[in-house]
Amino acid sequence: MRLQYPANVKIIRLPCTGKIDLIHILRAFEKGADGVYVVGCLEGGCHYIGGNLRARKRVEQARKILDLTGIGGERVQMYNLSASDGPLFVQYAIEMNEKILELGPNPIKLKKDAAA
Amino acid sequence: MIVADKKPVEEIIDYVTDCKNILVLGCNECVTVCEAGGKKEVEVLASTLRMCFLNQGTEVSIDEITLERQCDHEYLEEIRDVADRYDAIISLACGVGVQFMAEKYHSVPIYPGVNTCFLGATEKRGLWTERCQACGNCMLAITGGICPVSRCAKRILNGPCGGSSNGKCEINKDLDCAWQLIIDRLKALDRLEDYEKICSIKDWSTDRAGGPRKVVREDVQS
Repeated sequence: MRLQYPANVKIIRLPCTGKIDLIHILRAFEKGADGVYVVGCLEGGCHYIGGNLRARKRVEQARKILDLTGIGGERVQMYNLSASDGPLFVQYAIEMNEKILELGPNPIKLKKDAAA
Repeated sequence: MIVADKKPVEEIIDYVTDCKNILVLGCNECVTVCEAGGKKEVEVLASTLRMCFLNQGTEVSIDEITLERQCDHEYLEEIRDVADRYDAIISLACGVGVQFMAEKYHSVPIYPGVNTCFLGATEKRGLWTERCQACGNCMLAITGGICPVSRCAKRILNGPCGGSSNGKCEINKDLDCAWQLIIDRLKALDRLEDYEKICSIKDWSTDRAGGPRKVVREDVQS
């Protein structure tokens, strides 16, 4: 297919989205990530039964914490798609990229840069 | 085990708002099992606090340590050399750990990071329920292994009361009547004659009514 997706999306591969922990998402923001999105298999289609459902809960937890810290919970998002659905993967990447560009940079990254 | 629940982060931030060096101190025992104060929760709380302070433009150093236990001298001694470096220590142990820390380290304020709730069991992940009130005078032998002190809302020793309806307690329709459970259990054990015995007045002096308690075991003291 050779589909193009925004170059500022950095992919971190996991065996299953169930492997992602809340702290992984938080550390990404602590280190200056502007947004994080988790792309899992379709709900009900997890090879490990409930990995993507666990990921969804963790994304929700991260969202609450990011709201609390003032970074903004909307910077983290869970998406689901079928493993073979490349065009949808691209669509989600574009959607997330546009959303983050609209929100602007991670505020703590700006504060860190200003202090440096 | 001792069951604790997370404290709202806003409350914790209020405790440490003027501090520059903070230690978040976890405990590897009960609070780890109930997912309130173990290594993972220490990481998440420390990360949350770091992001909060960074976003406010405040430079704060936050360290993370998780001890094997916070209710024993030897484990608390492990932070002897570093404790003085902090303006505040947030202990994610139960109330026992927080107090023991505060008794041992006088120069640093110790703040609780969890709300200690009760002695309970893990029914399933994310659901903990009360099983024991530590009354100091266990009567489980005569009640079929079901505790009326901790599980009956009225703590009555000869039940059920008139509020028991269809096996549920009047205070909450989702709450089992402890005495219904006791009767069912004794029936299953073919020991209903035990139910007929009137339980005499319990000695509550071993409970909190007698003030703070202690267990002295000279046979194991060194």
